[in-house]
Amino acid sequence: MRSEPARPSPDHHPSGRRFASHPLIEVAALVKRYGPKTAVDGLDLVARPGVTAVLGPNGAGKTTTVETCEGYRKPDSGTVRVLGLDPVRQAAELRPRIGVMLQSGGVYSGARAEEMLRHVAKLHAHPLDVDALIERLGLGSCGRTSYRRLSGGQQQRLALAMAVVGRPELVFLDEPTAGLDPQARRATWDLVRDLRADGVSVILTTHHMDEAEQLADDVAIIDGGRVIAQGSPEELCKGGAENTLRFTGRPGLDIASLLKALPADCTAAELTPGGYRVVGKVDPQLLATVTSWCAQHGVMPDRISVERHTLEDVFLELTGKELRS
Amino acid sequence: MTVGTYTPKPGAAPLPHMIAAQAALETKMLLRNGEQLLLTVVIPTLLLVLFSSVDIVDTGKGEAVDFLAPGVLALAVMSTAFTGQAIATGFERRYGVLKRLASSPLPRWGLMAAKTASVLVTEVLQVVLLTVIAFALGWSPHGNPAAVVLLLVVGTAAFSGLGLLMAGTLKAEATLAAANLVFLLLLVGGGVIVPLEKFGSAGERILGLLPISALSDGLRDVLQHGAGMPWGDLGVLAAWAVVGLAAAGRFFRWE
Repeated sequence: MRSEPARPSPDHHPSGRRFASHPLIEVAALVKRYGPKTAVDGLDLVARPGVTAVLGPNGAGKTTTVETCEGYRKPDSGTVRVLGLDPVRQAAELRPRIGVMLQSGGVYSGARAEEMLRHVAKLHAHPLDVDALIERLGLGSCGRTSYRRLSGGQQQRLALAMAVVGRPELVFLDEPTAGLDPQARRATWDLVRDLRADGVSVILTTHHMDEAEQLADDVAIIDGGRVIAQGSPEELCKGGAENTLRFTGRPGLDIASLLKALPADCTAAELTPGGYRVVGKVDPQLLATVTSWCAQHGVMPDRISVERHTLEDVFLELTGKELRS
Repeated sequence: MTVGTYTPKPGAAPLPHMIAAQAALETKMLLRNGEQLLLTVVIPTLLLVLFSSVDIVDTGKGEAVDFLAPGVLALAVMSTAFTGQAIATGFERRYGVLKRLASSPLPRWGLMAAKTASVLVTEVLQVVLLTVIAFALGWSPHGNPAAVVLLLVVGTAAFSGLGLLMAGTLKAEATLAAANLVFLLLLVGGGVIVPLEKFGSAGERILGLLPISALSDGLRDVLQHGAGMPWGDLGVLAAWAVVGLAAAGRFFRWE
């Protein structure tokens, strides 16, 4: 299936010049309260075309922020612009251009999977080929099954299909792979990559850090109703956190001597008998220093490994390790 | 799928198409639901057949079916516009269907228009079925069909307002229980199968202000007694319609 050449319209620009006049999403000083509880507390966020992951602990305000962008909630104060539009006052104009995947539900319990997807397609002017989409997401076997009899993973994939079938410019995916098996998760990731390649922007909320690392061009970490860090996964992993080098050797090596050889800001320890860990700025120079120290001391460093900081480390560092209610 | 499959090409379908598609889906969901069919088809049909052929309730002078058919038609309207719609909409709210549709190109008023169309289609099917059965039981209706249609339409508006008010404010389970309870109470106390005179003159005056009594009484005036437009009953129904729809519009919560 190939798309027809782009027709000139205010909604659609030739590839590469899409959204040239404004960012995808602009949130400024957003405040949203529920009774005495402040869910979003002066949040600023700019999302650019591509895939943006929104991360945060439970109760951080990410769902409220995303639902405000989708037009479900009215800000108490601050401004929200999505594709340059006000999601509440210009909802009629915005809704055909976005696709929404809710975390759960959204389908008549008696509706069949295929029936519901065809229905959503009918609400749009130029929907995707429903059969191809069903095939793509592996929903073919459950097309005649009513929604309440679908497995959790099938319900998730149907919700995803419903979000993209209208050929939107921007798709909101709320925890799209929660509870999916590895194959279905992979299929969802592949679809997100294909969407991105075809110029569809994605706002993704997730608890899976590897998902954000794999898919996102940009990551925004929200906590306490504000964005506390934003950048590409690489940028976020580079900053602040240090990296780790591990190796095994004979037990009881002279740590003090190793420390003398290492740069001043490094630490070294024997964590388990024969299991050593060096923490610091791990670069080729440091690796060479450790291996040559081992050579001098007649140590064969077994299982030597460099562990880079993952997004999860950064996330826990920024948001704390205690459990949230 | 190849490159370019997902290239954005957004747009809403034409509004009449969206509303027609939504109405068709809502009607399908209703007709597929066994509990709903019990309420909208089986119970009215059973009541009509049972009480017409077996002399359980004293329905006054004349053929029992001439008294019962208008009451059962009123009951059919209530079962679809009020009970059925309240329960279905309550669960749609609970399961996020209303929320999901709210972010689709279909505007909210379009969804409401589709729901109304679906209720009306169902009522047409009910009226056809019940009319055929009533004729088979020897029914001889009188009066002006236009008056009957007007009563049915205003009655539908009154019951829809009350049903949506309930669905949009109570929890789905509470709506399920309350809508069935109200259905049962109004079935007995609303002049459907039991004449209101049985409740004494004070009871008759108070119960006569209920929407179900106004609808069954109005339909009976026309169909059984050949009266002209029953303005009093129509006024009661119109008042319920205005109050119910205004309250639903004001208090309905979408999630």
